[in-house]
Order: sequence, then C-alpha cells, then structure tokens
Amino acid sequence: MNKTKEKRRFVILCLAPALILFSVFMIYPTINVFLMSTLRWGGFSDFKEFVGIQNFLILFEDMNFIRAFQNTIFVIVIVTVFTLALAILFAAILVREKIKGQNFFRVIFYIPNILSIVVIGAIFSAIYDPSTNGLLNSFLSLFHEDGWIGVQFLGNQSIVMYSIAFALIWQAIGYYMVMYMASMSSIPAHYYEAAELDGCGKIKQFFSITLPLIWTNIRTTLTFFVISTINLSFLLVQVMTTGGPDGASRVLLFYLYDQAYNNASYGYGMAIGAITFLFSFLLSAVINKITERDDLEF
Amino acid sequence: MKKISVEKLYKIFVYVALISLAISIIIPVAWVFVSSLKTNAEFQGSPWTLPMSFYFQNFIDAFEKAKMAEYLLNSVIVTALALILLVVIALPASYVLARFDFKGKKLINTMFMAGLFINVNYIVVPIFLMLLDWDDVFYSLFGQSFFLDNIVVLAIVYASTALPFTIYLLSGYFKTLPKAYEEAAYIDGCGYFKTLLKVMAPMAKPSIITVILFNFLAFWNEYIIALTLMPGASKTLPVGLVTLSKGQMAAANYGQLYAGLVIVMLPTLILYILVQKKLTQGMTLGGLKD
Repeated sequence: MNKTKEKRRFVILCLAPALILFSVFMIYPTINVFLMSTLRWGGFSDFKEFVGIQNFLILFEDMNFIRAFQNTIFVIVIVTVFTLALAILFAAILVREKIKGQNFFRVIFYIPNILSIVVIGAIFSAIYDPSTNGLLNSFLSLFHEDGWIGVQFLGNQSIVMYSIAFALIWQAIGYYMVMYMASMSSIPAHYYEAAELDGCGKIKQFFSITLPLIWTNIRTTLTFFVISTINLSFLLVQVMTTGGPDGASRVLLFYLYDQAYNNASYGYGMAIGAITFLFSFLLSAVINKITERDDLEF
Repeated sequence: MKKISVEKLYKIFVYVALISLAISIIIPVAWVFVSSLKTNAEFQGSPWTLPMSFYFQNFIDAFEKAKMAEYLLNSVIVTALALILLVVIALPASYVLARFDFKGKKLINTMFMAGLFINVNYIVVPIFLMLLDWDDVFYSLFGQSFFLDNIVVLAIVYASTALPFTIYLLSGYFKTLPKAYEEAAYIDGCGYFKTLLKVMAPMAKPSIITVILFNFLAFWNEYIIALTLMPGASKTLPVGLVTLSKGQMAAANYGQLYAGLVIVMLPTLILYILVQKKLTQGMTLGGLKD
C-alpha cells in the first residue's frame, strides 16, 4: 500500500470542504466588495460600468455619508471610554474585594452578551418608549407632577445617538469585564500584599499594579472595541431606528446596507464598505501604535 | 475610628455600584418575561403593574396568528444544521492543519487567519448578489429559484462564516495533544480516517463543546444574514420578531411580541445558566463577537 499517496488523499479530503466553503462564501464576497466599489451599478438591471474611484469621490461630498461617519466615530469613542472604564472598575472590584455574591454578579453582568441584538433592540425600544408607558419616561414622570411630556429618546435627532451608545455600553460591559477579570486574577496576590505593607492605598495599587499588568489585555480589547462597535451599532440601528429620525442615527455599515440592499446602488454601497473596512483597520493600527508600552511580566 | 468609616463608605459605594448594574440588567429582562403574560388591555396602563393573571394566550396567539411556530421551526433547523455542518467540516480541516505537513499549508493557514478579520456585515450584500446570480442560472435551467429563501443555504452560509474562528480554536487545541496516541493507533493498523474518527475526535471533545456553545448562541441570535438571504415569507425567529414589532399592527400585538421575545431568549438563558462557567472560561481563549 502506498503510504504517501494515502496520506495525500486524506489531507485533500479533509481540507477540501472547508476551503471550498471558505473561498465561496468569504474570500470571493470580500474581493467583490472592493471590485464592486469601482462600478457604477444601480438597480436590478445588469448594467455595470467601470468608473474607477468616482464612487469614492461622490462619497466625500455626500452629507449623509459624512454624517454616518461622524456618528460612527461618536459611538466608537463614547462606547470605548465608558465601557472600558466601567468594565475595568467592576472587574477590579470583583477580583480584588471580598464581595458577597461575587459569582452572582459575574453571572448577571454577562447576560446581555448572550441576548440576541433583536432582543436588546426590543428591550431598549420599551425603555425609550416616548409615551408615559415607556420604562424610562414613566420613571421620569414621577418627578414631574403635572403634564410630563415624554422625552423622545429615539425620536429626537440630538438625543438618538446617545440612546444608541447607552444600549451598546449596557450590552458590552459584562463581556469585557469577564475578560479583564481573567487577566487580573492571574496577577499574584503577593504584589498587593507587599504594596499594602508599604502603605499603598487601594487606588494607588490599582494604578501601579493592576493597570500596568493587564495593559496587553487592554490593548487587545481596544481593537475589539473598534471592530465590534462598528458592527453592533449597525445591527442595533437596523433593529431599533432604521436610521431615523431623518437619518440622524445612520452609522457607516447601516448606510452601506441601506444603499446597497434597500436602494440597490450596489457599487456605491460597496464603496462605503471599502472605506469602513480601511477606516477600522487604520484606527486599530493607530490605537495599537500609541498604546505601545514595554511588556511587563510577572 | 475615622479610618473605619472611610472603609465603610467605600464598601457601601462598591455594593451600590454592583447592585445598580445588576438591577439595570435584571429588571429589563424580567420585565420582558412579565410583559409576555399581560393582556392587551394591561399594556395601556403603567408599564410597572404586574399582570392580573398569567395570560398564556399570548404564546398561543404568537404561535397561531403571528406564525412564530414556523419561525421557531426554521430557527431550530438552521441552527442545528449549521452546527452539524460546522463541526463535520472544521474538525478534519483543523486536524490536518495542526498535524500534517504538506505543500501550501502555510498559505492555507494564513488565509484562515485573514478570515478572522472578515466580518459578515460587510459581505452579506455580495453574498446575496452571488446567490441571486446563481438563482438566475438555476431559474433558466429548472424554472424555479433555489438559493435564496432556502434554509439549507442559510445554514451553509452560517457554517462558512464561522469556519475561520472554529478552525483557529480547534487546530490550536489539536496542537496541544500529545502525538503518542496517534502513533499508537497507526501501529495498531488504524488508517488515517479511523484515527481521526476514533482517537482524535473524542479527545477534542472539550473544545468541540466550546465551539458548539459559542456558535449556538451566534446562529440562534443571528439577524442580518437571515434578513438578507431570506427575503420571502419564510423567516427565522429573530427576523420574524423584528417584522412583527415594526408591523402596522405593532401596538395591538404587544403581547405576542413579548411572547416571541421570551421564546428567543429562553433557550439561550437556560443554556447560559447550565454552562456559564464553561462559556466565560472559553471566551477568554480569545475571540471576537460579531
């Protein structure tokens, strides 16, 4: 029996299905995003015309695109800052303090992460409901005896992005907290004991021991923040506001989907996709560069 | 004396912070459960009143009037099929990539690694267009469309998009297993396929379970691919729920909507409570959510 031949056959048979599916449903569509971004291709007609970078030139004069870009940057910044701070704070409390029901809190905080974006959208639609039947408005109306007019959390152009960002933070805290907890709990306890003997307070301990030692982990999660906020903000906007009111809550990927799927301007939509992809890549690289520190080990 | 009071204040602050976050999570989730048992009349009043009785009619209506039974069945089939496909396809590929040397291995590894950075939200429209093209060809040959609105195709797309991360996880695990087991199997006259099936696959069970857990949640909760690739009347549960909540009769269907949300949430919550340790541990192996 020919051993090498049999081995070859085994390797090919094992790899072929995965390679075929991966190429057809991931590689080919990805290449297509970039190829299609150079085409003028609208409607369900088969008329396609190569226009080079014209789609991109139009994009930078499209106020809707610029607004979507601003909204995306806004959610990335707000969600990253607040989630990072809160997740680290809660992780430090749960790992370092003797808390009753520690496990209970950890289990509860992770729950939003297992819920479908559809469920999160529905929950926050109920919370933000502008009538006095809304969870938040009914609560606010307690403090205003007469004639409380509900706040339009999702209907007011200047509030809607904050509402979206808040929902995203609520969803993300538990996930990142569990991540930080894992790396914090591997820090040896005697570091803290030594610091305590030297008279270091808890806040000082946090900034000079905990934070530097989980720095690598924080850097990794910063990339996650960028990528997942771009994606999740799209899904949440799609489920909750469909870009409204009057386009005020459009984010980059939502604008892509809206142009390509609902408006059938495929070329234009894919140009938005290409820009978004490059933007997320560049932003991650920049963040990675500026947060670079010497690796500390224990 | 003063030191103690500062410490006490700190402790109080810590508990207040923990409890408020816990409440902000428990109350909305519990509220959905409670609301699913309210009659339509009860939705008119304050959202905080408890229902007078358990109005299970909402669930019956959701199944009978809002087509939730069909959507639920679709979701179950798609999730199960996608999970089976994923494991059957990813396991041999990961094993070969972890254990065998052959030409082009490095290229294939790099390709799958690059795949980790491809997100579904960017490529869902190109996938849709590709299937649309295939359907045109299919239509001209057989007089009907096939690829869109097909839950089997949807399951294949789900499995394909989960391949890079699954292969990354599984081949990482295979690399940690000692080679002695396989060598013993070969000496005993086991072929390659038999070794994979009888020796290696059972040993990879812990990480196969991790893969299934994560992807169960991902597939069951998935929204945008299902929305795009199933534009017809047949839908998965999450898509059906959004349609219901955005429909013209939304206000009259609150009871059914919340019943539907409970149907979506319940399996994930039960699974989570059963395996939460495993899930949060597995997560720290690394990985991106969508």
